[in-house]
Amino acid sequence: MMKKSRRSFLKVAGIAAIGLGAAPAMNFAASGSNGTALAVKSKNENVLFAHRWGMVIDTNKITDEVVENIVAACHKAHNVPDFNHKVDEEKFPGTRPVNHKQEVKWIWEEHFQYAFPDKEDEFLAEKFHDLPFLVTCNHCKNAPCVKACPTQATFKREDGIVLMDFHRCIGCRFCMAACPYGARSFNFRDPRPFVEEINPDFPTRSKGVVEKCNLCAERLAKGEQPHCVEASEGAILVGDLEDPESEVRALLNENYTIRRKQSLGTEPSVYYVM
Amino acid sequence: MLEIAIKGSKNYWLWIVFLLAVMGAGAVVYIDQFMNGLMITNMSRDVSFGFYIANFTFLVGVAAGGVMVVIPYYLHDYEKFHRITILGEFLAVASLVMCLLFVLVDVGQPTRLLNVWLYPSVKSVLFWDTLVLNGYLGLNIIIGWKVLEAERNQVEPPLWTKPLIYISIPFAIGIHTVTAYLYCGLPGRGYWLTAILAPRFLASAFAAGPAFLIILCYIIKKFTKFDPGWEAIQTLSKIVCWAIIANLFFFLCEVFVVYYSNIPGHLAHMQYLLFGYHGYHALVPWMWTGIILMITGAVFLVIPQLRDNKTMLPFTCAMIFIGAWIDKGLGMISGGFVPSPLHHVTEYAPSGKEIIITLAVYATGFLILTILFKLATQVKEEVRG
Amino acid sequence: MNKNYIITGLVIFVLTVLSPFWFNMITTTQAAPEPELVGKAKTEKKCVLGKYEMRANHMSLLDEWRDSVVRNADRMYTAANGNSFNMSLSTGENSCLGCHEDKAKFCDSCHTYASVNPYCWECHTNPKEIK
Repeated sequence: MMKKSRRSFLKVAGIAAIGLGAAPAMNFAASGSNGTALAVKSKNENVLFAHRWGMVIDTNKITDEVVENIVAACHKAHNVPDFNHKVDEEKFPGTRPVNHKQEVKWIWEEHFQYAFPDKEDEFLAEKFHDLPFLVTCNHCKNAPCVKACPTQATFKREDGIVLMDFHRCIGCRFCMAACPYGARSFNFRDPRPFVEEINPDFPTRSKGVVEKCNLCAERLAKGEQPHCVEASEGAILVGDLEDPESEVRALLNENYTIRRKQSLGTEPSVYYVM
Repeated sequence: MLEIAIKGSKNYWLWIVFLLAVMGAGAVVYIDQFMNGLMITNMSRDVSFGFYIANFTFLVGVAAGGVMVVIPYYLHDYEKFHRITILGEFLAVASLVMCLLFVLVDVGQPTRLLNVWLYPSVKSVLFWDTLVLNGYLGLNIIIGWKVLEAERNQVEPPLWTKPLIYISIPFAIGIHTVTAYLYCGLPGRGYWLTAILAPRFLASAFAAGPAFLIILCYIIKKFTKFDPGWEAIQTLSKIVCWAIIANLFFFLCEVFVVYYSNIPGHLAHMQYLLFGYHGYHALVPWMWTGIILMITGAVFLVIPQLRDNKTMLPFTCAMIFIGAWIDKGLGMISGGFVPSPLHHVTEYAPSGKEIIITLAVYATGFLILTILFKLATQVKEEVRG
Repeated sequence: MNKNYIITGLVIFVLTVLSPFWFNMITTTQAAPEPELVGKAKTEKKCVLGKYEMRANHMSLLDEWRDSVVRNADRMYTAANGNSFNMSLSTGENSCLGCHEDKAKFCDSCHTYASVNPYCWECHTNPKEIK
């Protein structure tokens, strides 16, 4: 009898303890009039919306100078570290030397045979050989990285953007193995010493998470075009692929375009006008 | 039963202290990695999995290899394996602990590891891999412990262990299949994109696991009074023999398909591993060493006189074990990343710090293995009195 | 005989287990700091939730916010009291730090006192800290 009542006491006490611990959270969730229950979360009024965001790059308009401006604009705005940047020894004492193979990049230049390795051709037209091709995340319709991610830290937004949740990423790098375009970079180290001038409107990343192009989701939310589009002098267009009336669709209609590694079925959303 | 582990000879304690020292060295280096990130490794943007994941993959195989003693003993009542079944199960436990440790040291944000279960993603193979690996680990701990305890008390093991044992068999196949699926489902990696990857993984696992078990049997016989039995070892060596031949055959199929079809995306990796690619050939000598070790080992095991030679057998097994490690550890993972999806070549070799952490994980596994094997052998000695 | 040993042991155990508290009682003299409202925050007098709710639950609120912004692309938060905010720690006038201008006095003083080390600032930046 004694034993039994002690056991039931412990049970009740245990449940009570759980209740005590959970109370603040439950109160928060359930708090009525001035709590969060009545709060409304919404998009900005001037948000740009698409059913599926896509990008068209006109390779005829891409010059070395344009490439440089685009890469600089994107990397500067998103606090992408530059391993060639000389570290400020006062602010970051004892920073170890870099391994350039561990660099981070969101958008960068490649030659044709690397951007399109499956279209490599002995007799390719001269002009394509030295032409700079911009490559970045393709925001694939069937993104292998989204499938691979074990925590949904990489996910597909309803507007087609493949996005990273840096808060949730565990740094397993499975997405990097899954991406057929080498679009992803891992933060092998704290990037801050290598950011020349931090843009306070965008977070830097912490060591141990993967990152990539976010199609300037933070700018689309404010009704602005992505940085690369602005810096491209008309060479890059971003718009709704699902909307037949959109500018990008008009471009696709009028020009012969190619995509990277189409045969893999990932359905990239970045098109190149040839 | 654990009290058995704290009574041992001077050599036993020396070995334990040695393992603890290696673990300590690894822990110190790991603190560096924890504070400063994976920059201390030689992994890169192009080769984003390295030595940790390579050894993880290999050890999943060793763990799965334990099933090669479980199946004959429990499904076919093969009595000769009575004495070594527990060794196979405990080897799986130690291997799996190493696997999980390798995952732990490989992730960039280890403190967030539980996100895998907080936000379960059914489409992610990695999510399923964590489930089967932990499941198989749990099964083997419970089964091994209960069966050994029963043997010590000279009673039948509890009835409920039986279904667990049967479940553990598909789990063993499962851990290595799912681990292969991690790689072979990725569209952009020609070297891994092959349906034979899982069978090949299993074949090499069923060679490497039992080969290592044979070596362990020799060590046990030398250092304890427990004799695993020559006949059991002979049967094991036949299992190793056919498994390694299957592994070589699968590899040959792979080589044929890649070279005869001549598709560049698949060819480039094999070319890099076997002959070098655009002047890069860091892994070529390793790969050929591995292949020669495996072939020679297979030949030595096929010929009955050589297989039954008691002095030679452990060396043959070591050849096969090392050959499989090179094939699956060094070649399989790096080979998949070189060349990169853009056909750039970034080569990879582990850094010193990576190697120290890796050795420490192995030391942890060997510590667990030593303790578990000491329990098993001592109990079996006691029982036979 | 044994009783004495057990009681001594228990006393030592309790003393050891509670050692962080003893340590703090001896070494810490300051009382818990109050978050200090300066500048805009002091004059505006409007926040997402009441003072005490914020004190108890701001971490849950921020967690909810980051999921909303990153995962659902909802960036505006209209609180039950009618005030609306940009769901951001530090971006723009209408964010947390946009109003609570002094991070050191508003965030850090309590966090330091309570020995909590939120990793927000590993990535997010206080605009004032950049020259």
